[in-house]
Amino acid sequence: MSLRDLLGFAARALRGHRLRTGMSLLGVAIGVAAVVTLTALGEGARLYVIGQFASVGTNLLIVVPGRTETTGGMPGMGGVPNDLTLEDARAVLRGVPEIDKAAPIVMGTETVAFGERQRQVALVGATHEMLEVRRLGVASGRFLPPLEWDRSSPVTVLGQTSARELFPGRDPVGEVVRVGDWRMRVVGVLAPRGQQLGVDMDDVAIVPVGTAMKMLNRSSLFRLLLQVRAHTDLDRARERVVRLIAERHGEEDVTGITQDAVLGAFTSILGALTLALAGIASVSLAVAGVGIMNVMLVSVSERTREIGLLKALGAGRRQILLAFLAEAVLLSSAGGLLGLLVGWLAVKVLIAVYPALPATPPPWAVAAAFSLSVAVGALFGVLPARRATRLDPVAALSGR
Amino acid sequence: MIRLEGISRTFDVGGEPVHALVDVHEEIAAGEHLAIMGPSGSGKSTLLHILGCLDRPDRGVYELLGRDVARLDEGELSLVRRHTIGFVFQFFHLVPRLTALENVELPMIFAGVDPAERRERAIGRLRGVGLEPRASHRPDQLSGGERQRVAIARATVLDPKLLLADEPTGNLDTTSGRHVLEILEQMNASGLTLIVVTHDPAVARRARRILVLKDGRVVHRGDGAHIHEAVEVLSAAENGT
Repeated sequence: MSLRDLLGFAARALRGHRLRTGMSLLGVAIGVAAVVTLTALGEGARLYVIGQFASVGTNLLIVVPGRTETTGGMPGMGGVPNDLTLEDARAVLRGVPEIDKAAPIVMGTETVAFGERQRQVALVGATHEMLEVRRLGVASGRFLPPLEWDRSSPVTVLGQTSARELFPGRDPVGEVVRVGDWRMRVVGVLAPRGQQLGVDMDDVAIVPVGTAMKMLNRSSLFRLLLQVRAHTDLDRARERVVRLIAERHGEEDVTGITQDAVLGAFTSILGALTLALAGIASVSLAVAGVGIMNVMLVSVSERTREIGLLKALGAGRRQILLAFLAEAVLLSSAGGLLGLLVGWLAVKVLIAVYPALPATPPPWAVAAAFSLSVAVGALFGVLPARRATRLDPVAALSGR
Repeated sequence: MIRLEGISRTFDVGGEPVHALVDVHEEIAAGEHLAIMGPSGSGKSTLLHILGCLDRPDRGVYELLGRDVARLDEGELSLVRRHTIGFVFQFFHLVPRLTALENVELPMIFAGVDPAERRERAIGRLRGVGLEPRASHRPDQLSGGERQRVAIARATVLDPKLLLADEPTGNLDTTSGRHVLEILEQMNASGLTLIVVTHDPAVARRARRILVLKDGRVVHRGDGAHIHEAVEVLSAAENGT
């Protein structure tokens, strides 16, 4: 019995019971569609997070004052780290060839006022380099001009929200605002960015780092952002930067952070989430398998006479087993294909509703869902098919 | 061609043994036309099932073409059924979703005959029973007589040596019944061994040889020309005397 005949025979039998076939087809289709859609959702979340990190810049090395390890020692003796200064930043830029750009950052909070309107915002002391290092965009005007780092200048760049709140309905570029006790000219407005590394970059006032240090009366940097030339140099660059600053300070009192570790953690968490979703969706496939088994059992008992006839015509056990198994597999794989189609449509809808979420089912999930549906048919088809082969031909012919 | 020696078959019905066949001895030559008669429960269907390798005797030897088929395993039996035996049933047993042509093709599918040759042979056989114009009709679009003719074409498409017919005219009117019998007799005339189970004397009298069974035993052996003897035995058996 050739494969074509086998499938043809099975297809004819399935077409004889359109409603029943359709129902169990639907069961499998829902299972497969669930796997495809849910894994697409999980994968979308993972890609979204990766995208967020990438938008900050994957070649970013962040140096923060203080050590992450807990240290002991006598109270009052040491423990207070040295300041991370602009001098340190210059030394790093000069002394570590892997570093492309450095953006020293100072942070505080300050009130920005224009006329009657005022707003509490995050005050960021930065340099011209921050624009590139932090992958920021400018909506209007320009960013901070290139200046000597310790020079101050009464200019500011506002975040999107701050600008909108202080200047409703118009462009603030060129206007003079009060930042704390300082009068400053607005030179630019940032493009919308949202929350990034814990700071709402839409609600900030960015001023030159020298100015910010004077305003906040600080000598230490909040962070030093460094852009490494090549991603592969990231770890080496971190070691060299930390060692260089340790030499300058006489002790190792800064920590270099890269995003790889954080990103890795997120990726593995969301990867596990995707797997869990796939697992949950697979349960519905198993349920669909039970549905197929039920349909096939009904089919076998309904076609008892036919099975008796096939035996009388000289069909072997193996041929009858294969014929009914082919029917179950055909049913489940057709359901699988339908499920892939439904899943694909569901993902399209998902993307239309949440354009920010890059929802795509991972190829392994699509392959697994389809092969699982085929396997489900084969697995749950065995019992009914075996029942068919075991029928006594004489009893089967008389419909018993 | 067929040698039955001490064939017995006992069924268990609700804990009570029912002796369907008791020590049946018979020889059937190639090309014979044999009718098996008997009241219901006499074991005539059981005998037919054993002859057709659908059932096995509990005791005895069944030799078909020199082979003791009662000892064959299930796989070998299905090959014997496929190539040596053809069945015709009272209720036709056509597969309802398949056309007349596809029904005739069915045994060849299991035998692995390739599609082109299959089609050609099936059409030829349908022509043989006068149904070529109805090849693409499904069973529910055919009359009873036409269905039985399709069933005969299907039973003989692999050129069996033995054709077993279980009340082949039981569900047909006289005219189409006669037509079906004529076809069967034509095949018998060209060498096919034909065994018909029937309770209808009009059918049995056309056979060359008649067996009458009662309670699992052969109680009368006669021939078609002396059908009245068989009928007497039969009615005596039915009246329990």
